Amino acid sequence: MTFLLESETADAHGSGGGLDPMHQFLISPAFEGFEFPTVFGIDLTITNAAYYMIITTLVIILGLILMTGRGAMVPTRSQSIAELLYGFVADMIRGIMGEEGMKFFPYIFALFTFILVANLLGLLPGAYTFTSQIIVTFALAMISFTLVLITGFAKNGLGFLQLFAPKGLPFMMYFLIIPIEVISFISRPFSLAIRLFANMMAGHVLLKLFGGFVIMLSGLGLVGIVGAIMPLAVATAVTALELMVAFLQAYVFAVLTCIYLNDALHPSH
Amino acid sequence: MEIEAAKQIGAGIAAIALGGAGVGIGTIFGNYLAGALRNPSAAQGQFTNLLIGFALTEFTGLLGFVVAMIILFG
Repeated sequence: MTFLLESETADAHGSGGGLDPMHQFLISPAFEGFEFPTVFGIDLTITNAAYYMIITTLVIILGLILMTGRGAMVPTRSQSIAELLYGFVADMIRGIMGEEGMKFFPYIFALFTFILVANLLGLLPGAYTFTSQIIVTFALAMISFTLVLITGFAKNGLGFLQLFAPKGLPFMMYFLIIPIEVISFISRPFSLAIRLFANMMAGHVLLKLFGGFVIMLSGLGLVGIVGAIMPLAVATAVTALELMVAFLQAYVFAVLTCIYLNDALHPSH
Repeated sequence: MEIEAAKQIGAGIAAIALGGAGVGIGTIFGNYLAGALRNPSAAQGQFTNLLIGFALTEFTGLLGFVVAMIILFG
């Protein structure tokens, strides 16, 4: 986002540049000194965000292949982890959409694992969290939203518009209800995108703030080092909280996509 | 008033949204716990609804965070 870049350029050459909590969100080329071509006006430079997207995808694909490659009837320890992941997503889809929803399993599974692994990799020291960029989360949300629209109109035709007009209301109420339903429907991709982006960004700013306190206090000598124990403990606790948030946000994104897809499959409530 | 000072004050005021989100999240988890203690066998089935309610409530607080960011850096 532009405002992050501006705050960076203002502080980068100051004395406190290393402690700026916004510094971690800066987009920069991943491989310095290597020129990438520009094709049809599109800059093909691999940035640190794109670099971590590639790593995330590779971790998922290689991890799942390694875990399930043997395909034993009695699963080994690593294979049972992969089966647990499959069962978790499959139960979630069956619980919300029923057996009919299992045709969306590949999409929901890819979405869930991609966001989960991205959030968890982003917690490693020095790693880049690309889910803290709103354009990434908004792109993911728009893919879900477009899938809902296509599914809804392909399956129900114009009957999909029943979604905006619940049955059994007094006639005059429809003038009130239909605009509200339309606005709530259109705001869905925005709420999906902002929820994930703001959660990851706020968490990482918090981590960097407490990390900065530790560095600043320990520069003050013995008294400061004793005082730095407190923010260090808080930073450790926040890391544990972030582990939970990383899973929870991936889960919430997948569950809300399932609920929206269920609306598309059964629009007449 | 200088525009820079007004921005800082505005960002601070936007943080009030956290109060509402805190009340809402407390209500959701408190009521879930109260319901789960009355009927523990039904609690597991409502866990998904708990998380959805949590996510929707948390979103109102995060909107305050985004507004503060836009005021400060936008």
